[in-house]
Amino acid sequence: MFLSINNVNKSFTNKGNTELVLSDIQLDVKEGEFVSILGPSGCGKSTLLSIVAGLATATEGSIELSGKTIKGPGKERGMVFQQAALFPWLTVEENVMFPLLPDMSKKEAQQKALYYLQKVQLSSYTKHSPHEISGGMQQRVAIARALAMDPALLLMDEPFGALDEQTRSRLHEIVEDIFLETKKTILFVTHSIAEALKLSDRIVVMGTQPGTILDIIELDFPRPRSQSKEDLIVYEEKIQSLLKSEIDKVTEKEQNHAASR
Amino acid sequence: MQPAVKRIIFYVLLFAVWQGAVYAFEVSPSLLPAPTDVFVSLYEGFSNKTLLYDLLASFQRLFTGLAIALVLGLLLGVLLAKSKTADETLGSLILALQSVPSIVWLPLAIMWFGLNEMAVIFIVVLGATIVMTINVRTGIINVPPLFIKAAKTMNYRGFRLFRKVTIPASIPYAVTGIRLAWAFAWRALMAGELLSTGPGLGYSLRFASDFGDMSRVIAIMLMIMLIGIIVDLLFFQRVEKKVLKKWGLATE
Repeated sequence: MFLSINNVNKSFTNKGNTELVLSDIQLDVKEGEFVSILGPSGCGKSTLLSIVAGLATATEGSIELSGKTIKGPGKERGMVFQQAALFPWLTVEENVMFPLLPDMSKKEAQQKALYYLQKVQLSSYTKHSPHEISGGMQQRVAIARALAMDPALLLMDEPFGALDEQTRSRLHEIVEDIFLETKKTILFVTHSIAEALKLSDRIVVMGTQPGTILDIIELDFPRPRSQSKEDLIVYEEKIQSLLKSEIDKVTEKEQNHAASR
Repeated sequence: MQPAVKRIIFYVLLFAVWQGAVYAFEVSPSLLPAPTDVFVSLYEGFSNKTLLYDLLASFQRLFTGLAIALVLGLLLGVLLAKSKTADETLGSLILALQSVPSIVWLPLAIMWFGLNEMAVIFIVVLGATIVMTINVRTGIINVPPLFIKAAKTMNYRGFRLFRKVTIPASIPYAVTGIRLAWAFAWRALMAGELLSTGPGLGYSLRFASDFGDMSRVIAIMLMIMLIGIIVDLLFFQRVEKKVLKKWGLATE
């Protein structure tokens, strides 16, 4: 298997209390697959992605990418965060060159950066500063920067969560195009059902307290998904009913907490 | 009305009242000379170049002191930000020293270095190093964790991560540190020269005072003020504004 997440548990210790955030996560991802991790806030989906990125460690279990156990961050895994995380002291172009420069000449890096900026349709903004472009454009630069490393696996942590609806759907198209063209494996964290249905080959639905996998849904529909809207409604309802009990659980806990005070 | 116009009117009025009062009440020039006398003294100072030489001498000391202070402050700031033990021990001493005007060190400095330039430079370095240290430390501690995380996913770690991300990310604080260090250094230098030895603006001011030449005293005071304003307004505030804007920290 390309990426295998084997029985991962993650717990945090807070004021002496140990809280289980992820419980027994078991997931295999094939090469070239677009997998979304969908769940309400607090289900540990971002934590899971951080562990795959190597920015956090699992309390138990292991993650293997192409047979190698993940021990820390690495260039074969590119990450896009909810905030673009561009470096303000660098231009757009220099930001995309940032991951490349240690390994190649400035000229080569510049050419590569331009190539990936073209892919996200920003080749005319190379000399701009990050603060001079919009939030959606910044996120496109972040995608170009992650792609520039040519990672085997692209990790996206609610990358469009902070954007408005129109910008968001434009970026969905760009990501889908990149996915179809580069055949990258993408692990995509989101709390939007519509987003997951639009983009994924498989949706991993997660529940809270502790974070577990409730169900894995396969979507065998042609892209773009706008053609199969009616068929997708069934899946949307299915996911909604799965998540409803989770949201009820959270609400109930909050009410109990309020009542006990 | 433009603020600049308001300001010009204000200063013209101020000088007019000053001039008028000196004439009307026949104030002795050894108490308060008229602005015209001050300007004459200023003009003389420039035409016989004595003020220019003083200025040059002061600046030489200032830049030596400031350069040493900035390097020391940078190193100490990095140390305090990176080592918890250093921060808890040395950091507390630096914060405590911050509340002591550096000029109070002069008697000791004169004993250590003699009544010469070294003593004055010591005062300048002490005053400026502390603000620089505190700002560099704050800057490094406040680097957004997201920047560090993002850089880590791009395989940056160790010293390279520090040099390519932590240092540039803390530049806005460092610039503020440099500006404050300059202001502290300038004040410390004038105090040091006034109480110690010359040549320099502070020393000439005391010299003029010993001879009861109050128009020269005020002329030198004006010089000290003007240089302070010019460097701060025309140089540091502009650089600071630019950096804050570029780093996306400017509050519009």
